[in-house]
Amino acid sequence: MNLKLDKQTIWLVGGVLALLVVSSLIGWVLALRVTNEKSKATVQNLNARIRAWWMMVAVFGLAMATGGIGSVVLFGLTSFLALREFITLTPTRLGDHRSLFWVFFVILPLQYCLIAVKWYGLFSILIPVYVFLLLPIRSAAAGDCEKFLERTAKIQWGLMICVYCVSYVPALLSLDIPGYAGQNGKLMFYFVLIAQISDVLQYVWGKTLGRHKIAPAVSPNKTWEGFVGGVACATLIGAGLWWATPFTPWQSAGMSLAITFMGFGGGLVMSAIKRDRGVKDYGNLIEGHGGVMDRIDSLCFAAPVFFHLTRFFFT
Amino acid sequence: MIKTLLVATAKLVSGANVRWVGCAPDVRQRVYFANHASNLDALVIWASLPPPVRDLTRPVAARDYWIKDPLRRHLANKILHAVLIERKKPTVRDNPLADMLAALGDRHSLIIFPEGGRQTSTELAPFKAGLFHLAKDRPDVEFVPVLIENLNRILPKGEFLPVPLLGSLSFGTPIKLEAGEGKTGFLERAQAAVKALQRS
Repeated sequence: MNLKLDKQTIWLVGGVLALLVVSSLIGWVLALRVTNEKSKATVQNLNARIRAWWMMVAVFGLAMATGGIGSVVLFGLTSFLALREFITLTPTRLGDHRSLFWVFFVILPLQYCLIAVKWYGLFSILIPVYVFLLLPIRSAAAGDCEKFLERTAKIQWGLMICVYCVSYVPALLSLDIPGYAGQNGKLMFYFVLIAQISDVLQYVWGKTLGRHKIAPAVSPNKTWEGFVGGVACATLIGAGLWWATPFTPWQSAGMSLAITFMGFGGGLVMSAIKRDRGVKDYGNLIEGHGGVMDRIDSLCFAAPVFFHLTRFFFT
Repeated sequence: MIKTLLVATAKLVSGANVRWVGCAPDVRQRVYFANHASNLDALVIWASLPPPVRDLTRPVAARDYWIKDPLRRHLANKILHAVLIERKKPTVRDNPLADMLAALGDRHSLIIFPEGGRQTSTELAPFKAGLFHLAKDRPDVEFVPVLIENLNRILPKGEFLPVPLLGSLSFGTPIKLEAGEGKTGFLERAQAAVKALQRS
């Protein structure tokens, strides 16, 4: 998993840094200009988000710079924090305690070990097949039948979203794409960039032009204007970045479209869970954004689809 | 050194989200009373207090549990400065109330769990009378209700391996014994004050 620092990577990193500098400047100017209380709060939140973005970009950049293993560790930790937030919100009972211990300290590290050694045949079925069957056995052996199906389903769901799906991001490094050997780091960068920038652009379009809500009961911030504007812009950016990927411009546009659609869906689904549990955010670890889960919801849904599309069509 | 490490570990394991809802951290004399479901409870409350407050605050804990092995003894005596009380067979000479009053002195605060022992259900058990007697003997001290959530899922009674969920601590509005208030009335009001911190 050697990741080369080639010219294209430098362009990608440079582009992201330039974007951050520009957003920080815009945030600073906005902070000087706003007067009424409501906009002040919005701008404060915006600036907190931008500061958090600097942090996240730095961490992601550091992980990429250490080569493949750094990315595996970073996403492993991300999974850990997200799962922690998810299970905290999910009512489990005393009978689940030992199963949960297995989930956090055995299954999660094992999944990422399999990613690190690129064992596709096992990492792609470990959680959906083996854990799916073995974990309920452990819970049943604990002898607590109350709401058994519900509890088991919730733990499995948390594992699928927070561990299995997230692990597909560093799994991108294991793809064997003809003519693209040693460049998979850029593919991962491209994926994370499109998924996240689509979120940001949907937020920006929604805040500036958003009028018509898509699903007000689920997520009051998601509007048709934000969705269309964000998806269109992110797809254009994706198409424009084709030179960093194994795709042609049209293919790259299609891939970006798939990422943004799945990402939007992920945000919607994870919001529905939050509303059901009566909370606004999954946690408070990332200032301005909420919890880790709030930041990676789109990533979770888009990563497996992007991985398998690429694997099916390009390897 | 060990103290810093312990505080950091307690915060990390419990993922404690600390909310000061009804009062701010203060070095004035207080009795923090909380629900009790996990062995981590006393440690986490103690660790979540700001250092100057923490240094003056002593958890009240069951002697039979904390003197079992040298590690627990060291932890209780040298680091937490716990007030170890007899909960099984209180006698005139071995009176928990006297121990707690002595520990309060003129500058310390206490952390107590008036339910008596760790509970396995999510409902609060009735509070023991000790809280009332403390309030009666020390009307100058503030009684701060504390609600601990989720720590019982992190390390439930009877388990020894923690699961890293996110716990939360809420500190409520201090209460005091009202003039003419009886034992039952005060204990019920104290229990309600802890309960009221849920989802507020």
